[in-house]
Amino acid sequence: MKEKVEIRDHQREMHAYRLRLGLSAGFILFFFLLLVSRFFYLQVIQHEHFKTLAENNRISIVPITPNRGLILDRNGTVLARNFSAYTLEITPGKVKNLNKTINELSKYVEISPSDRRRFKRLLDDSHSFESLPIRTRLKDEEVARFAVNNFRFPGVEIHARLFRQYPDGELTSPFLGYIGRINDNDLDKIDAAGDTANYKGTDYIGKMGIEQSFEKQLHGTTGFDQVEVDSSGREVRTLSRTPPISGDIVTLTIDSKLQEIAEKAFGDFRGALIAIDPNNGEILAFVSKPGFDPNLFVEGIDSQTWQALNNSPDKPLLNRALHGEYPPGSTFKPFMALAGLQLQARSPTDTISDPGYFELPGQSHHYRDWKPGGHGLVDLHKSIVVSCDTYYYGLANLLGIDKIHDFISQFGFGKKTGIDIGGELSGVLPSAEWKMKRYKQKWYAGDTIPVGIGQGYDLATPLQLAFATSILASDGIAYKPHLVESVRNSKTGKIEKPPSAFLYKLDIDPNYLADVRSAMIDVTKPGGTAPGVGEGASYEVAAKTGTAQVIGIKQGEKYVASNIQERYRDHALLIAYAPADHPRIALAILVENGGHGGTTAGPIARQLMDYYLLGKLPQDKVNQEKIDAPAD
Amino acid sequence: MHPLIRRLHRTLSNHIDSFLLVCTMILIGLGLAVLFSASDENLTKIGSQVVNVTVACVVMWAIANVPPHQLMRFALPLYAAGLVLLIGVALFGEISNGARRWLNLGITRIQPSELMKIAVPLMLAWYFDRHESALGLKNYAIAAVILLVPVLLIARQPDLGTAILIASSGFFVLFFAGLSWKILGGLFVSGLASLPILWSVLHDYQRKRLLTLIDPSQDPLGAGYHTIQSMIAVGSGGLVGKGWLHGTQAHLDFLPEHTTDFIFAVFSEEFGLIGNLFLLFLYSLVIARGLGIAARAPTLFSRLMAGSITMTFFTYCFVNMGMVSGILPVVGVPLPLISYGGTSMVTMLLGFGILMSIHTHKKLVKT
Repeated sequence: MKEKVEIRDHQREMHAYRLRLGLSAGFILFFFLLLVSRFFYLQVIQHEHFKTLAENNRISIVPITPNRGLILDRNGTVLARNFSAYTLEITPGKVKNLNKTINELSKYVEISPSDRRRFKRLLDDSHSFESLPIRTRLKDEEVARFAVNNFRFPGVEIHARLFRQYPDGELTSPFLGYIGRINDNDLDKIDAAGDTANYKGTDYIGKMGIEQSFEKQLHGTTGFDQVEVDSSGREVRTLSRTPPISGDIVTLTIDSKLQEIAEKAFGDFRGALIAIDPNNGEILAFVSKPGFDPNLFVEGIDSQTWQALNNSPDKPLLNRALHGEYPPGSTFKPFMALAGLQLQARSPTDTISDPGYFELPGQSHHYRDWKPGGHGLVDLHKSIVVSCDTYYYGLANLLGIDKIHDFISQFGFGKKTGIDIGGELSGVLPSAEWKMKRYKQKWYAGDTIPVGIGQGYDLATPLQLAFATSILASDGIAYKPHLVESVRNSKTGKIEKPPSAFLYKLDIDPNYLADVRSAMIDVTKPGGTAPGVGEGASYEVAAKTGTAQVIGIKQGEKYVASNIQERYRDHALLIAYAPADHPRIALAILVENGGHGGTTAGPIARQLMDYYLLGKLPQDKVNQEKIDAPAD
Repeated sequence: MHPLIRRLHRTLSNHIDSFLLVCTMILIGLGLAVLFSASDENLTKIGSQVVNVTVACVVMWAIANVPPHQLMRFALPLYAAGLVLLIGVALFGEISNGARRWLNLGITRIQPSELMKIAVPLMLAWYFDRHESALGLKNYAIAAVILLVPVLLIARQPDLGTAILIASSGFFVLFFAGLSWKILGGLFVSGLASLPILWSVLHDYQRKRLLTLIDPSQDPLGAGYHTIQSMIAVGSGGLVGKGWLHGTQAHLDFLPEHTTDFIFAVFSEEFGLIGNLFLLFLYSLVIARGLGIAARAPTLFSRLMAGSITMTFFTYCFVNMGMVSGILPVVGVPLPLISYGGTSMVTMLLGFGILMSIHTHKKLVKT
């Protein structure tokens, strides 16, 4: 109806609309012709110009990898450095038949079976567009021989690369760690940290130890070259350069000579040793035996060698100092003694009578002393000097587990020390709450008794033991154990020191600390459990020995070392500090299956202290061994 | 033929415009071929683009089967929802590449500005259709408000490319609705006059893009880089191009965004001027068909929609190719039916679905 009324209007509207459509079509035609003329201008008239630009004049950004920072010991000895070497590298994505290519390559450059295995492992872990080394450290004549035949091998190139080298090898691996090729996991972390640009051109990253925890400082800042490349991607000339900034120089608190003496002193034993300066928490020596050669990992380890390391019963890849949890055994007793004194459970003069065992009232189970028949009348001093078990069974029972836990945790047991490298375990300092959480079981009175002598649920890492000893040595002042003394910025030369390691001061009566110290000094005198440690020394040593059971001994049975396979023998432990009056070194030693702490760990401690305090090298003994060796 | 198959065939093709469909499919096929080259022969990317195309085709078919008067019903709710989402983006949107464009709905992230590409012209066409009997100046003013609110919200994100596209799609509706020449002239003059003001509200990077258009060599590694590299690609393509898969600019990674906004540079480098002319020819066929459908559309709503969709399609083509060949500044506008990406593919084919619906339902309206 409406239509009828407005029919003329409607027609006029339609006419206007179609006119506008027509105009639009013209508009479109105009702009499309504009495009056509632009295309004609670019593609026909200016074609030669752009063709040259495309073929010859490309700007590409090439990253320049910075030199990784050096790692030095406290005296400036280089522990990790870089060397430049030629490598023969294959980009798998650009090579059709890898095996054939490698076989062909071996005509010009020596490629050993282990090189092949290592390459295969790299291949599995990498992307096909990455350039992977098949041979490192090429000799000059090998470089020359390959260069002449380079044209036969598309996708194969020689590069001059910087390699990480650890001159002391196995000696420094426990704390330095090592670097290895960046894998997908590392890439994710780099991305998450927003460092992607800075890692362009970087192939390696710190995987463990200082190399890992100080990666940021050691890596440096990547530089860039702006270069012209031709159509095949070859560089023609450099337009501008932003030079890279080398990584910072990290100086450690480690004394590499002391480290070497400690490592040698272990001989063929497995175990760990940590030496700390109790006045500031600086770690002087950090041993885990056996170790491994970190240089193997730098160039990419082949699977056979890796399997051998990983499956070895000696567990060389296990960092015993950080990651090995052992019962602290009798080295726990000085801390228990302090707990008893400070919490007023026993006075220094209180004596117990030791029949050779301890019984809980109403129970027939015998908690045995290590000495059959017992030590007779025992006070605090004697309990440490002769390492009486019964004294501490009773003390543990008097205190109860939660009091023990709360007091002794002040010495760092049961929690990470916070050392400046990763991978640390926290050990176990049990409590009723811990047992409920861990085993969903309530704590029994019987669980407390072995804790008194550092057995039962008690576990500590050698690092924790050394930390606790350093607190004991400094009369209750806790410094965080650390390995890095300073970081020197390679650009500004500014030296940055880590924040003060001071943690807290324990609230313990100095008289009690003196009581425990005098007992620990007598441990190293005739009549103590480690007389060898103090014998003939010009300084006084405070120490405590320990043994940690590897297998349980049944009630009524006797532990006879010679009857037991070597690997099931007790672990030997020793904590010590010296000079006893003004301690400069505190240490904890663990010797796996070493039997008694005084006999195996004692001589190690003594060699270290002699060198550190007196500068005396354990030369006589080394010479002796050298003379003896051929006769074997 | 089996009657069942015949019926199925009829159901499927009843509302499909075969001319438009064939042109579209040739363009999409060409797009997949270029994408194969631009993505360094990445079959996963091709696979996901095929999925995008399939989804978009289903959307096109479904929309083509909805008669235009039913489509009108979606105008208001779609526009309102789009507006709410845009405000949501402004308040809680996620920032990516420095712009706040995405809204995380928990299940999926959406870019409400894409929805507006259809919702704004639909809303305007619906509005004019409702007031067809007496269109006065007041109606054009209200329409301008309907258009400007979402456009300003999107321009603020900032997403200038999308804002311009939506503004032009809305403008085309106003234009076809008969906005008087006087006003158009006035708009043009005042537009020129307000350019300095516009300049002052632009973001730094947007200004830089405009400046580098005048002289790309001013900032060869920054804002001018895209333009220089894509011009080199187009120019070095020459008359017949370097051949499929043989373009060096894209394959040596000199071209940025070479699967999405700059895919035309790859096409141009590999197929040369001949290829470009063929592509323009195909686009012209699609546009001509669209204008033809618009000319014969029975209702005001369908006339406005068909005209706007076709002109917007043209705008996409021109802006993208103009940007790649260096006569327009770099804005994020994909090359229709060729660029990699699901959203723009769906938006394009959805528009074509509306065109087909308008074309195939008019007999029904007449009877």
